[in-house]
Order: sequence, then structure tokens, then C-alpha cells
Amino acid sequence: MTKKGRYLRAAGVTSVALASLAMMATSSGASSSTIAKGKPVTIGISLSLSGDFSGDGTAFKQGYQLWADSVNKSGGLLGHQVKLDIVSDASSPTQVVTNYQKLISLDHVNLTFGPFSSLLSLPAARAVDRYGYAMVEGAGGAPSVFQAGLTNLFDVSMPVKDALVPFAKWIAALPANKRPKSVAYVTTNDAFTEPQIPVAKAIISAAGVKTKYYSVFPAETTDYTPIADAVAAAKAQVVVLGSVDVPTVSAFMQAFEQAHYNPQVFIATGGPDQGTAFSSVVGIKNADGMMVPNAWYGSATTPGSQAMVAAYVKKYGGTPATVSADVAEAYSVGQITQQAVIATKGFDNSKIIKYLHSGVTLTSVQGGVKFDKLGENNDATAFTFQWQGAKFVQVNPTANKASKPVLFPKPVWGS
Amino acid sequence: MLDGVLTGSVYALMATGLTLIFGVMNIINIAQGILVILGAYLSYTLSVHFGIDLFVGLIITIPTLFVVGVVVERLFMARLKGPERTSMSILVTYAISLIIEGSLNMIYSINVVQLKAWYVDKSFPIFGVYLPYIYLFGFILAVVLLTSLYIMLYRTRFGASIRASLADQVAAALVGINVARVSTICFGLGIAVTAAGGMVYGATNAFNASTSYDLISRLLTIIVLGGMGSLGGALLAAILMVTLGDVVAVVWSPIWSSPTFFFVLVIVLSLRPQGLFGKQSARVA
Repeated sequence: MTKKGRYLRAAGVTSVALASLAMMATSSGASSSTIAKGKPVTIGISLSLSGDFSGDGTAFKQGYQLWADSVNKSGGLLGHQVKLDIVSDASSPTQVVTNYQKLISLDHVNLTFGPFSSLLSLPAARAVDRYGYAMVEGAGGAPSVFQAGLTNLFDVSMPVKDALVPFAKWIAALPANKRPKSVAYVTTNDAFTEPQIPVAKAIISAAGVKTKYYSVFPAETTDYTPIADAVAAAKAQVVVLGSVDVPTVSAFMQAFEQAHYNPQVFIATGGPDQGTAFSSVVGIKNADGMMVPNAWYGSATTPGSQAMVAAYVKKYGGTPATVSADVAEAYSVGQITQQAVIATKGFDNSKIIKYLHSGVTLTSVQGGVKFDKLGENNDATAFTFQWQGAKFVQVNPTANKASKPVLFPKPVWGS
Repeated sequence: MLDGVLTGSVYALMATGLTLIFGVMNIINIAQGILVILGAYLSYTLSVHFGIDLFVGLIITIPTLFVVGVVVERLFMARLKGPERTSMSILVTYAISLIIEGSLNMIYSINVVQLKAWYVDKSFPIFGVYLPYIYLFGFILAVVLLTSLYIMLYRTRFGASIRASLADQVAAALVGINVARVSTICFGLGIAVTAAGGMVYGATNAFNASTSYDLISRLLTIIVLGGMGSLGGALLAAILMVTLGDVVAVVWSPIWSSPTFFFVLVIVLSLRPQGLFGKQSARVA
């Protein structure tokens, strides 16, 4: 390259860099606290509409859309119709960052809602934090997300590490002659599942239940048979599976049935909460007795929940039992943001962040929401749900009035 | 171990199509993963909506995917010419993959499904362990199809044409072989076997269109290890990949399953860059 060429190239690179900086500088002011009359308020969201989390991502889209429909029907947010700007991240932590940068710098959205999963929420929150935006999210409650120390991140759902606590306490509280003697723990190395296991294990072990198997498998595993066979060979009476999706749970269930292994209790951290997306894959008979921790289910009686479920069934079909908990998590994100916008009388993200950190108690279809300084919802209550026949019911905390008796021991496969 | 051999044979079936297409046409078919899933969805449709048994349904799905393969080859692959043909094929087949993935998502939704039949969840005792019927039936199916493919390649006149095209396309054309026709049929055959692989995969795993990404990475690994263009290599590599992964998962830890296999892959490729059974001369630059 000639000397002149080098100068031209350097000048070109400098121009692009300056232009990029200028764009970022102007875009940081894109979060306008006022919106012209008649203009919609735009909310930028990156969702996993393909890839590993596509099932959850689609349910989240439905939840966000239901909330927007509800708000728009009642006159909008501070008089502005809500417009969702949703882009797909294909379940990629890299793409999610690009998406939020685009949504803020190019699309100039007014607010942002979170993506699905802890894996994506953390990089997404970091990206929007650079622009001073708040990120209210419904599925990113892993401890690693909050350990990042971001002040703009708020999770409306329960902190995931506590999810299995009611289940573990139920096992520990069983009379000694009925309490299972052994347990197997197997989990994917995911930020959502792994933190739940040690908390549950500490409670269950303290009750004298012996750990017969403990294993972590990589998230990219596609052939679960050898792992499931190893669990079956341990012959533990309880299986605690750290899973994030239906295929993982389905694979373990199928392998257990093929190995003629029928644990008395089988709980999976994710998958059985997916309504018909779960029961249609594994079959209603095999679903019977399967347990899952969560903060919400289709028959929940929290304020607004039944109205949301009715709206869901009207728009997307199905029954209350088929509504995924993801829908409620996404809907709750909208509700909390709505309350913050109304309280701060505008769309100024810095004011919204300050308000959400103020210790105020808010309400959502999942129940109360009160954020600590890390953005975790301290007011959330963990429940355990169980498939009983074709119904998905709440079974603990046992002291809760809405809890039904646990189907214990779990029926044998296919019966 | 037994599971690994049985499952490996099904992966071999899926990878065979990929390696056959590369061997004859120098095309790297990135769409092979989604075509396996398409095969699984076709079996699902026949089973759920028409009550046709999964194995009986192959009588319909295998010819259907053969036709799909022929159409794709005529519409897209046959138009790829010149020295950049192989690299261009990656882009074109990736585009085809995205189109099929989007179409499947629209038709079947993104919710996962799994193929059902009496033999999918059932097993029988043998040597102190339970062997799932579906693995045994899948293995038998793979053996029958791979043997048929082998006989076709090594015991028929058309097979000789394929092998001649595989060795040297120019020389094959000079002796009167219609290389274009051979390529079209090979592509069709390569896609047709995904119907069988997809059916067994769909009976042993819950799947949706996105599952294809996991599949294609495994299939590409198999044919690289086995030697691109080698049918025997694909079979051995598939069994090695699954068996090694399973043994490490049980004996050591599932965490070390993939790293151990890829360590073996790197060692093999360091010693034999053409893979276990690959022939450098079979490749066309």
C-alpha cells in the first residue's frame, strides 16, 4: 500500500470511529422522558424465537403481547399506545447484545424488556446499561446475573436459587417411615439450574436422605441415555433433575421407563411447567406425578392472573393448564414497568431505575414484587407444582391454602 | 457401550448421505441436519394424522425425500460451477436450511414433538440390562439400508458409475458416464437416507426445527473423522463418537464426554488429515 493509501485508510477508519461515537452519543439521549402526543411508546425486546430457547422465547412473546394488548385496550401507557419492537436473538448471547444495541441506537426505543434465560439476560443488561436504560426481565434470576452488580437490572420472578426450597422442605418434613432414603441429583451446567441443587441438597441431606448419585452434564449434551442409565443404575428413590427444557426431561423420562426404573419422586427444574408443550411430548400418563418448582401456574388466584389466562385462552387457545409460566413472567415484566412509568410520570429510564430501587412493593400476576439493591425480587414466593392426571396443581408449600396433597409415590410409568 | 453402537449406527445412516454427496459432488450439505428433521416431521405427520406406523411410513418418506433431493439438486446445486463450488455450496445449503427451518416452524410451531409407537418406550432384558426396542429396530434399519447402499455402490453398474465419479469426474465423463445424472441421483439418495435417520432420531429424541443445529455439527464431525467421501469411515466414526462419549460420560463424567472425543479427533486429524478412511485423491480441489 502506498503512503497516500495508508493515509486515506487511516482517515477512513478514523471517520468511521468518530461517526460511531457520534451515533452512540446521540443515541444515549434517545431515551426521551417525553413522547409527543399521539406517538406510541416503543419497547425494545430481544427474544429467542429460534434456537435452544425458542419454546420459551415464543411464550415470552405471547406474554409481552398480551400485556401490551391489555394496556392499549385501556388507553395506553400515560395515553400512549404501546408498540413492541421484538427481534430474534436465536438464543445467542452474542446476538442478544447486538439486538439491544440496534434497538436503542437505531430504533430509538423508549424502554427495554428482558430476553429469556439467565444466559442472555446478563449480557443484555450490560449492553443496555451502557445507554442508561433499565432492564426489567422475567427469566434471568440466576445468582451469577446479580453478582455482576448492575444497577439497571430487575428480575420480577423469584430468585432461582430458592426455587427448590419448598420441595426440599417437603421431603425433609415427611414422617421418617415414609421419607425416601436416597436421592440422585443430575443437572445441566446452566446458570439457571446449577445454583438450585446445592440449596436443595443441603436441606434434604440434613434430613438424613442419602445422596446416591450427583453429576453435572454439559448444556450441549444431545444424547442423555448414558447419563440417565447411570442415574437409573443408582436406584435412588428421588430424582432431582436440573433441566431447562422439555427435550431434556423427556429424554430422562424415556430412558428411565426403558430401564424399568420408577423413582418415587421426580422433580425437574424446568420442562414440566410448559403446559401441553410438555404433556403432549411425554404423554399424560407419564406426566402423572412429575413435579416442577415455579412461582406461578394457570390456576393461580393472584390479582389479574385469571384475567390474563382468560385473555391468553381467547387469543391463543388451549386451557388454563396449558398456559406456560413464561407467559406470566413476561406479563409481569410489563406490569412492573407500567407501575414504574405511572409512578414516575414519564419514560425517563434513570427515574424508573431509581423508583424500582426505592423499596416500593409492586404487584404482578405472579404476586408481590419488591426489589433489593441487586434487583432480585425479595417478595417472590416459590411453589412446587405437580401433574396429577391431566391437571397441573400446586402441591407445596404444604401450609399454603391453595396447595393440594402431593401424589406420592409417583405412579409407575404409563400407568 | 451397546447403546453407543446402536445409536452410532443411526448417526452413520444420517452421515452417510452427507459423505456420499461430498464424495461425488464436492458439496458440503449444511442442510443435512434440517433434512433429517424434515424426515422426522414427515414420519410424525403420517403417524399422527394417518395412523401409519413409523417404519411402514418410510415407504412413503424415503421416496419423498429422494424427490426433494433431486429437486434441490436440479434447482440449486447443478448451477454451482467453478473452483468456488464447494465453498458456495455451504452458503447455498445454509440458505436452504434456513428456508426449511422457517417453513417447519410455521407448519408445526416451535413446540417440540416426539414420535410415538409401542416400541418407542418399551424395552426387553438381555444380559442383565434392558435394551430399548427402538434402538434395536433402528440398528436393524441402519444395517439394512447401509448394506443396500453398499451393494448398490459395489455390485451394480450404476454403483460403478458413482465410484468412478467419486474418483475422478473428468475421467468418468470421458468414458461416457453421465456425471450430471449420477450427481443428481446421488444427491437424491443422500437426502433419502435422512428420512430413515430422522424417523429413528425423532423416536428417541424430542425435536423441533432448531434441533437441526445440534445434528449438523455432529454429522459434520463424523464425516471429517471418518474421511470425507468414505461410507465405511462414516460408520466407524459415528460409532466411535457415540460410544466414546457414552463410556466417558458413565465411567468418568459427562462434562468430559465431548472434550475427550474432540481430543481424539484432533489426534486422528494430526496423524491423518484426510480422516480415518479418507483418500486425498478422492477430493477435488
